Amino acid sequence: MAGAGGGGCPAGSNDFQWCFSQVKGAVDEDVAEADIISTVEFNYSGDLLATGDKGGRVVIFQREQESKSRPHSRGEYNVYSTFQSHEPEFDYLKSLEIEEKINKIRWLPQQNAAHFLLSTNDKTIKLWKISERDKRAEGYNLKDEDGRLRDPFRITALRVPILKPMDLMVEASPRRIFANAHTYHINSISVNSDHETYLSADDLRINLWHLEITDRSFNIVDIKPANMEELTEVITAAEFHPHQCNVFVYSSSKGTIRLCDMRSSALCDRHSKFFEEPEDPSSRSFFSEIISSISDVKFSHSGRYMMTRDYLSVKVWDLNMESRPVETHQVHEYLRSKLCSLYENDCIFDKFECCWNGSDSAIMTGSYNNFFRMFDRNTRRDVTLEASRENSKPRASLKPRKVCTGGKRKKDEISVDSLDFNKKILHTAWHPMENIIAVAATNNLYIFQDKIN
Amino acid sequence: MLSKGLKRKREEEEEEEEEKEALEVDAWWLDPGHPAVTQAPPNVASSSLFDLSVLKLHHSLRQSEPDLRHLVLVVNTLRRIQASMAPTVTLPPVPSPPLVPSVADNLLASSDTILSASMASLLEDLSQIEGLSQAPQPLADESPPGRPIGGAPPSLGALDLLGPATGCLLDDGLEGLFEDIDTSMYDSELWVPASEGLKPGPEDGPGKEGAPELDEAELDYLMDVLVGTQALERPPEQGR
Repeated sequence: MAGAGGGGCPAGSNDFQWCFSQVKGAVDEDVAEADIISTVEFNYSGDLLATGDKGGRVVIFQREQESKSRPHSRGEYNVYSTFQSHEPEFDYLKSLEIEEKINKIRWLPQQNAAHFLLSTNDKTIKLWKISERDKRAEGYNLKDEDGRLRDPFRITALRVPILKPMDLMVEASPRRIFANAHTYHINSISVNSDHETYLSADDLRINLWHLEITDRSFNIVDIKPANMEELTEVITAAEFHPHQCNVFVYSSSKGTIRLCDMRSSALCDRHSKFFEEPEDPSSRSFFSEIISSISDVKFSHSGRYMMTRDYLSVKVWDLNMESRPVETHQVHEYLRSKLCSLYENDCIFDKFECCWNGSDSAIMTGSYNNFFRMFDRNTRRDVTLEASRENSKPRASLKPRKVCTGGKRKKDEISVDSLDFNKKILHTAWHPMENIIAVAATNNLYIFQDKIN
Repeated sequence: MLSKGLKRKREEEEEEEEEKEALEVDAWWLDPGHPAVTQAPPNVASSSLFDLSVLKLHHSLRQSEPDLRHLVLVVNTLRRIQASMAPTVTLPPVPSPPLVPSVADNLLASSDTILSASMASLLEDLSQIEGLSQAPQPLADESPPGRPIGGAPPSLGALDLLGPATGCLLDDGLEGLFEDIDTSMYDSELWVPASEGLKPGPEDGPGKEGAPELDEAELDYLMDVLVGTQALERPPEQGR
């Protein structure tokens, strides 16, 4: 899967040619902290793309219908709705500020005309309903067009109000607020395949909620030690299995994944499966544990595999094999010799996400310098691409990038020491069915499409 | 370019040095062929990493709500470094410069104290905080409010009774509020307003011990003091 002009490989059906499509967000060099995108998620059909930011706002983009009259639009994403999901809060009991940053957004499967999504900050999950209004009733009997009430005695005739078209209005309203169930910071939410329940995970606990019930949740995992001084491991991510509604996984800061079956017991402290790759003794260092800490876990659409992201690599696991992953893809191995500096500037703690394409044949994850990486599982090819304004001509093909690890730097290569560690791509999303990807680069959202698409 | 990241509290010159060295210096202590490694004992590099980790730990602990993952990872890394430094202490001082074992000694000694003290206090705080947020009961139930008063100077008495959050304590459990109080403080002159001869002065006899039964007037007075409706005034001294 090479980009345009890459590697001399034949343009087979598996090769993608990624092209710039759109970029959303301000161009300013001075980025406001609140505008930094903190989560990106397509809905089940891919027609809607939601982003959350550090300022607690959610922006939803909708894909335009491709029409013959505008052949060049090719399904562009335009703003559909913007709303303030979470506000900064102050916990008076603990004298603590609760950040409004949106940690995760997850869509619910669509069941009627309205769209529903869950958005969460560190402490509170909210269910939002996004609905359209494109008709307005006119001809009320009891009030006139301004809305003022009419004097009932003046009404001499009755009429049936009629619906008239109006400019489309998209309204977002909070339907449920799930609060006060997490002492620690929420890192994940995951909607169950039963479409009735969902889980939320913080550093030490995982809770199960029913979408209709806000005043209680069930605690299903609790790894808090009796004596907090014995704390050595935290939960970093959790997700429900896409098809088996009783199965979920959670990852830890020690690089392990536990698969739990809710049928076996109410409290899933004991796992059904335990996934861990033995440490490679030759690459052992002081930072081994930190770089093994899993920052994201995602099931494949098929449900047969799961993918984990640690600091330097992405691993694909077969759910039937706990001893080691079936695939390991190096994201930026050239950083291994720089771990001390990355520890010093805290970059080593950055949490990168990863995602599958619709057919599970390719995976994508972000890196530094606004680079992101794609791995084709069938052809074993990988490519590094960049999200930047320089490559933002409409339908311009993305050129593969290369990082020079030592020796002579070739033309168009970039050396490790020139990488900008402030430009991190932590959040990416892949359209569930088509080859369209959304990449969040600080405060900008890039959308790329496959040329062949 | 390295990102700014953690603001290090170091000498400016050290900062400049670090920035100049950029990304190149990092793994040198792991590289056995590196000239610096063959010359310098490995625990010197470990100790700088150790210092950095301790700095990070302190920085993390100073946050009002520390990132638990960051904290746990830093602590675990610190333990690893500590474990790798421990063997140097037992090395005979002859081959290594005499300064090194004592430096390592001091580091280990201070590290133990710092580490365990910091971790213990933080994690205790976390437990307490969790206790508070999960069981929202009136604060009066959690610890005998009378406790902070014992031994405190009389002038602080009223404030101590109220404790950290004022509202809850007054709402209920007032009787319980007074149970454990060392009432000898009320025998002091400062607390007796001229208008009410509630208690005999200290010169009249030994101070009251234990918890004498407070009559209604005394109770009312104390309640007024707590609610702040009655200004506490010294009886005007005459003839001085």
